[in-house]
Amino acid sequence: MLKNFEELSPVAIDCLKEIGNIGSGNAASALSAMLSKPVTMHVPDVRVLDYQAAIDEVGGPEKVITGILVTFKGDIKGMIMFLLEDAFAKIVVNTFMGKDNVDVLKMDETDFSAVKEMGNIMGGSYLNALAALAGFTVSMDVPSMTVDMMGAIMNAPMTEFSEVGDKVLFIDDGFIIDGVSINSSIILIPEMESLDILMKKLGVN
Amino acid sequence: MSNITIGIGDLKVCRAPDVLVTYALGSCVGICLLDATVSIGGLSHIMLPESTSGVNGASTPMRFADTAIPMLIRQMESMGASKARMKAKIAGGATMFATASDKFNIGERNIAAVKKVLMANRIPILAEDTGLDYGRTQFFYPETGIMEIRAAAKGIKQF
Repeated sequence: MLKNFEELSPVAIDCLKEIGNIGSGNAASALSAMLSKPVTMHVPDVRVLDYQAAIDEVGGPEKVITGILVTFKGDIKGMIMFLLEDAFAKIVVNTFMGKDNVDVLKMDETDFSAVKEMGNIMGGSYLNALAALAGFTVSMDVPSMTVDMMGAIMNAPMTEFSEVGDKVLFIDDGFIIDGVSINSSIILIPEMESLDILMKKLGVN
Repeated sequence: MSNITIGIGDLKVCRAPDVLVTYALGSCVGICLLDATVSIGGLSHIMLPESTSGVNGASTPMRFADTAIPMLIRQMESMGASKARMKAKIAGGATMFATASDKFNIGERNIAAVKKVLMANRIPILAEDTGLDYGRTQFFYPETGIMEIRAAAKGIKQF
């Protein structure tokens, strides 16, 4: 039984990278359809990082970021956190609400919902990739979102999964939406039992 | 004078005019202690309420309210502070995401655990900026006893 991410073999990490790749591709297609804009994605860089390194990678603890948290359950359980730069929320609010250059810290309820809905769609894209590869049934809960300091946002997965250890699966994969490059990161935290099940199913434990 | 940074699940002590700072408390709680008579201050950034609730409780005591605060008190005492003179100011314990999971009430549980430990040690809480739904950066100035809280959308407040 796996106890934490550090016990994952290189083959298992490659496998998670591939899930990240497919998920990112799905998410780009879904976003493109929703926004009616061309969306491409960088090839994701998938690493196992400790929390502090993940925070630094995104820009430090005080960097203001949009965090969208999606929890999932079913054959496997866990959490996906999307960390998106301001430009992402600005594009979404501009597309759906027609507002230019919205202040992400002062979005109203409808602006906020529109951005959250994109997180919902992206969460679905990743989970579908996971489910399709492993033949799992996975359902996701309604996402929740906040715009705040990176360090504070990361408290949620850190405390929820403190028993798993200090490492997370960190997927670094910017989008290019209508020519605008946007950094985004995804943190995937399956429960350890679920990760074990996933690895067995994929035959790489 | 220098700024001393306290990471997540860490604690540090200093003498005035040094300044203690911990960045971006979410559900975590930052506990500032001061013995004003000798100008010795300390700051502990805890993640979880009880060391018995985590698997690695024994190896990471600075993460938990019940083990970190006594450590902070001892470190300050070893520098010459007196527990009987210590006063506390605390911040953090927010609920960053509104979800159904019980574990997400961790902010409230952290605040309750911190208050319990401080009360058990007879250390009064002079000020707090806790709860709600936003992150806080905490500066503590042992020279004046001021705790300064900076939040992304709320500006700067002093306590």
